[in-house]
Amino acid sequence: MLQNTNPDDHIVAQDLTLAYGDFIIQHDLNFTVRRGDIFIVMGGSGCGKSTLLRHMIGLKAPASGRVLFAGVSYWESSPAEQQRIKRGFGTSFQSGALWSSLTLAENVALPLGEYTDLAPADITEVVSLKLALVGLAGFEDFYPSEISGGMQKRAALARAIALDPEILFFDEPSAGLDPISSRRLDDLILELRDSLGTTIVMVTHELASIFAIGNNSVFLDTETRTMIASGDPKMLRDESTDPGVRRFLNRGEI
Amino acid sequence: MSGQLNLQFPGPDNLHVVIAGSWLLTDSHPSAGDIAQQLQSRSDIRRISFDSTDLTQWDSGLLTFLARVYQLAGKHNIDIDPGGLPDGARRMINLAMAVPPHEDTGKHGEKLPLIEHIGEKALAMWRAAPEMLHFLGEVTLSFGRLFRGTAQFRRSDLMLIIEDVGPHALPIVSLISFLIGLIVAYMGAVQLAQFGAQIYIANLVSLGMTREMGALMTGIIMAGRTGAAYAAQLGTMQVNEEIDAFRTMGFNPIDFLVLPRMLALVLVMPLLVLYAGIVGITAGMFVAVTIFDISTFEYYQQTVRSMAWTHIWVGVIKGTVYGMLIAFAGCLRGMQCGRSAQAVGEATTSAVVTSILFIVIAASLLTILFQQLGI
Repeated sequence: MLQNTNPDDHIVAQDLTLAYGDFIIQHDLNFTVRRGDIFIVMGGSGCGKSTLLRHMIGLKAPASGRVLFAGVSYWESSPAEQQRIKRGFGTSFQSGALWSSLTLAENVALPLGEYTDLAPADITEVVSLKLALVGLAGFEDFYPSEISGGMQKRAALARAIALDPEILFFDEPSAGLDPISSRRLDDLILELRDSLGTTIVMVTHELASIFAIGNNSVFLDTETRTMIASGDPKMLRDESTDPGVRRFLNRGEI
Repeated sequence: MSGQLNLQFPGPDNLHVVIAGSWLLTDSHPSAGDIAQQLQSRSDIRRISFDSTDLTQWDSGLLTFLARVYQLAGKHNIDIDPGGLPDGARRMINLAMAVPPHEDTGKHGEKLPLIEHIGEKALAMWRAAPEMLHFLGEVTLSFGRLFRGTAQFRRSDLMLIIEDVGPHALPIVSLISFLIGLIVAYMGAVQLAQFGAQIYIANLVSLGMTREMGALMTGIIMAGRTGAAYAAQLGTMQVNEEIDAFRTMGFNPIDFLVLPRMLALVLVMPLLVLYAGIVGITAGMFVAVTIFDISTFEYYQQTVRSMAWTHIWVGVIKGTVYGMLIAFAGCLRGMQCGRSAQAVGEATTSAVVTSILFIVIAASLLTILFQQLGI
């Protein structure tokens, strides 16, 4: 179902309501992620950030409303169409979610082997590149259980970018990373956006990252169970009319 | 359109790499093999430069190629002049090269010779023995604390576990015991009928079910059902660091997790064995009455005559021992579990295999023991 939308609008949420059974997590979310945005989903703990992400990556159907990808409504599409849309996603989950029975190289190689016609030797090279990009060169033959949590997270990112996705979803990318790795991750995200035009959607409350790389955002509120602000996080910090948003973005010092 | 590669030599020591067309991951494009060859044959090359003016689009396809060129240059000690590359590609490659590759410790992927491999396995098995003894010791101490009343665990946990291993296991125990009773009765009866001694079906079934089969079958069911569950639960807790959380808060995980599980199975197994016996005998009666024309009362009389309390006790003791062994194996494998989904699977498999092995050994030993004692 193609909707009439601006070609620059990559992801559009229309009147999205998220619920588990009768329990409404968030209601009436309306926001637009433009192509090449680094879009931040923020809000206090338990406000439904990760739930929103799960709805965006097609893991959970919304209670009502729509999510459009390049004008196509995901939940009203045929399974084949959904599969095609999902092929353009890369997702890095909160705790990595690496497949523990596979080595890091095999983890990254799996989507490459399934969805491209690359020869095994080429796949090996692409895998090495992706691991090098996240700072894990030389860790190809390690199993996820043999590396630290922060490294698992970076390896998960390498897997998420294996296919050069159009949209990259992150759940808490920098939680558990040291400041230098965290900074490198920010650089990598910016570079992916600048060089490959990847649209980035990330759930985070790392203020340093939010201001360093975010250029668009939505702020979910726990009390009213809906979004109370959206736009550039730097502007929200200084100009938002909502004291809650300003307090959040100024670490409560206001 | 696919990617093109053109190698030029503008100076004696300069390799100029012209990249054109589309270098996408999904396109076909040349490999870095040509460059490797040139560097191999012309040892005077000291510098590699690029020209990407006719490059239309690129992604990881180009980056992979460049990463390979950089690697080759590093190997041959050649300078790279990245000036001619697209800005984004240059920055991405710099990111990829920012962290030097990890030097592998060599423990991965190395293949041991066969003899050494066997030796390693044998040593690992040898090392596992004290581990098992250590766990046995801890469990024994924990039971000691239980009897002194100082063991720390939640009584409600114990009740929940008992409910799970007892009442919830009744359907499968009923089904299997009924079928076993049916089979024993039928197989026996066919033979006994040749001598007109069908009435002895009752002896066969009641003795078989109470002394051996009831306990054995219940043991095997519980190994698959409960032993596996224990290993999976404790293993997953190990993965989530829940067991470490108990330790750091001063709870003894053996008391808190292993003790109630062992207690539950030890308490429930005798009851399940008795129940399995009753179901099996009922199944035998069903066969005798419907197929071999023995009246219900006759069968009942014969059963009562053939039974003795010792038979029941023997079965119950065996069942209790099996229960203890199953819980021990399940908890042991769960507590030994590594920190991955893979490890939980291995722990669960190992728990069932170990339980059944223990059961078979215990069954043999107990049978010999009771024989020698004349019970």
